[in-house]
Amino acid sequence: MKAFSNLISAIEITNKTNAKIEALAHYFKTAPDKDKLWLIAIFTGKRPPRPVKTTLMKEWCMEITGLPEWLFLESYSTVGDLGETLALLLPEPTGQLDLSLHEWMTELKALKSKSDDDKKAFVLEAWAGLDQQERLIFNKLIGGSFRIGVSKKTLVNALAKYSGIDANRLMHSIIGKWSVDDLSFEALIKGQHINYDNSKLYPFCLAYALDKELDELGEPEDWIVEQKWDGIRGQIVKRNGEIHIWSRGEELVTSQFPELVEAFSGFSNDFVIDGEILAIKDNNVLLFNDLQKRLNRKNVTKKLLAEVPIGFCAYDMLEDDGDDIREQSMQSRRHQLETLFNRYTLPNNIKLSHLIAFKSWNELPEIRSNSRQINSEGLMLKHKNSSYHSGRKKGDWWKWKVDPMTIDAVMIYAQRGSGRRSSKYTDYTFAVKKDDGLVTVAKAYSGLTDKEITEISQWVGKNAIERFGPVRTVKPELVFEIAFEGIAFSKRHKSGVALRFPRIARWRRDKPVEDIDTIESVKQLITSP
Amino acid sequence: MYCQQGKFYLDPWSKVDHAIISHGHADHARWGMKHYLCHTDSKAILKQRLGKDLSIETMPYNKPRTINGVAVSFHPAGHVIGSAQIRLEYKGRVEVFSGDYKTQPDFITTPFEPVKCHSFITESTFGLPIYRWKSEDAIQKELHNWIGYNQSQNRTSVFVGYSLGKAQRIMSLIDGVDEVFVHRSIHNLNEAIASSGYKIPKTQLLTADFNKKDVEGKLIIVPPAMLDSRMFKRIPNAATAICSGWMQIRGNRRWRAADAGFAVSDHADWDGLISAIKATEAEEVYVTHGSQATFSRYLNEMSIEAYELKTEYGEEELANSETKTADA
Repeated sequence: MKAFSNLISAIEITNKTNAKIEALAHYFKTAPDKDKLWLIAIFTGKRPPRPVKTTLMKEWCMEITGLPEWLFLESYSTVGDLGETLALLLPEPTGQLDLSLHEWMTELKALKSKSDDDKKAFVLEAWAGLDQQERLIFNKLIGGSFRIGVSKKTLVNALAKYSGIDANRLMHSIIGKWSVDDLSFEALIKGQHINYDNSKLYPFCLAYALDKELDELGEPEDWIVEQKWDGIRGQIVKRNGEIHIWSRGEELVTSQFPELVEAFSGFSNDFVIDGEILAIKDNNVLLFNDLQKRLNRKNVTKKLLAEVPIGFCAYDMLEDDGDDIREQSMQSRRHQLETLFNRYTLPNNIKLSHLIAFKSWNELPEIRSNSRQINSEGLMLKHKNSSYHSGRKKGDWWKWKVDPMTIDAVMIYAQRGSGRRSSKYTDYTFAVKKDDGLVTVAKAYSGLTDKEITEISQWVGKNAIERFGPVRTVKPELVFEIAFEGIAFSKRHKSGVALRFPRIARWRRDKPVEDIDTIESVKQLITSP
Repeated sequence: MYCQQGKFYLDPWSKVDHAIISHGHADHARWGMKHYLCHTDSKAILKQRLGKDLSIETMPYNKPRTINGVAVSFHPAGHVIGSAQIRLEYKGRVEVFSGDYKTQPDFITTPFEPVKCHSFITESTFGLPIYRWKSEDAIQKELHNWIGYNQSQNRTSVFVGYSLGKAQRIMSLIDGVDEVFVHRSIHNLNEAIASSGYKIPKTQLLTADFNKKDVEGKLIIVPPAMLDSRMFKRIPNAATAICSGWMQIRGNRRWRAADAGFAVSDHADWDGLISAIKATEAEEVYVTHGSQATFSRYLNEMSIEAYELKTEYGEEELANSETKTADA
């Protein structure tokens, strides 16, 4: 497991995606095929179910170390990760076990059906034979996320670098149906179990933020205007009876949205369409916050399917029965999209993007200002003659977002930044009033000038009340205007609300802390659709 | 901390007439006292940091002196060069103020010696069982491996550590591997320490306008404040390692954009704190800066009478604008 352990160490220490890809590619060059296969399985959520409960692991660790439970929990809360806490608390190893990744995984797979006594004997033997870092990895192999920032996309890019195979084809291969038991590494990356022609996506056409006056765009009748829904950009590829859904990050997300697969199965034509994946309930678009509950889930439960149903708002068509139509004009592509959709009785959750009717530019500001009420982010402006570019091209696709919402909040925690900001306190946590006290509402670390950061850092130094590792609790005194893109009720947050993209709008030196927002006034910003 | 009988203060924060100083870190040795008393090896450090004209008296380890009827002596704390535990004896009662200490021996500081006492004032910076340091030999091996890897990639190894203590400790760990360059703040302290006759490894000054070719692939030590600087960015092909006890935790290692994090600390780890306290055989223990609540609760559960003591120690970096990360 040394090689895998080194790989994890190399990946976790860097926040540069390229360095992660480099480390993974090196592993693919040097590790045995069976280990590589397991690595891909682990990072694509294809690993076997957890064979040992965490409560048992915690119990055994307390038994070995003789630590009281409260001290174990105190340690856990400092470390923030159970597998790591166990690895740090356990005594030095007494022996040395050297199994490869696939040997460990095979053992762990078999462990699932054994008795608790057998499990305990196995785990204790492993703990006694592994050093701290290997022990951490062993605990993670039992269950739990590595949380080292390796997305499927990163993994695929590393595989592409190693093998020279196209990254999107690899994406389809690793996402596809396969298991460690019935496929070799070579067969997996060559995609022998898939038909890539059926899933191949097109590069997304991207828009710039509008940076000029509307009347500088020319004649209104040359443009189409649509709502800019706040969901996930998605490309639906339907070929030869197969449906594949790609996200904007070029990840295959098909299995996350079974409703969409079902809805588009009703279409007999083949096509590739572009649009927004949204949470749609009772014909209303829900907040991004709701949609988020559906993302990156291994299993989508019935409850979740009912609570946050997924829909799709289509706004462009790239391929029509096998023909690439991206060079055609927006207007013509839109026409073909309408023709396609008119052929079928659309399921309730599939929408054709509504074109906003307007005669003059000065009608648009008001329409845009009402966007938030329907959970839209603003407007999209597309030139009727524009082709579907690969990537970003300035001039014929514009996004025109609504101005952010703001609240006034007080800083209560400060933490040093990273990289070039590590000598200054740059990451702040903000609170608003609740009853007689304060409640945390947002964390933000951008929006101030270097000069302001220096000044605030010095203030934090003088006004820190408590420290928890790198975090300082400060006197609630400095007031800031916090801007954000959206707000929703949240059970996961102590305040009961979650802000989307919070950042510091400005430092309100003029405002005393008595005048900051209350949690009630913050909640009033939430519009119920 | 004030000693009433002796009419002197230990590591005071406001200006007083008579201050006894445990060691040279800025949260313990502050400016503005009329008279200072510190360990022989700390004198040059205090003068370098607080000014040449200080009124300083010194004492070696284990040689008591009586001040207003109180017998005062210094005992090695193993924290940084010249660091001392301060032992006070009055009418047969002994109290020991540990200052900051580290029980594990290293290659450069005088090793910690436990002192029997009635009451012991201990720090608790790393007062959780998750903090257990590797042996100095194991740490040295890790650093050497890392340097070797960097050199195979034509990279310059840059260590980040607090100027007093951590820097000299790193110097002792990497001595002999290759040329070592240090930032001026470290260089000045090194000169002061060496001038008092203390033996430390040889280093070269990293001048503000250093020649890139001279340092490429070599070893460099800088204080944390430099992480932000233009000078730091000029270092060719830098691989950066933060050396601090906080690096024991993965989240802390990853949170900083460094290439490596080594848990090299000048403070006692969990086992060190417990063994030191047991060795004092103290009837009561006062726990200061760090995890005082947790640690004193644990001591009480082990039937060692312990109390939390609130102080402002451990906030060194605030006076210095250097990060805690590297000073711990």
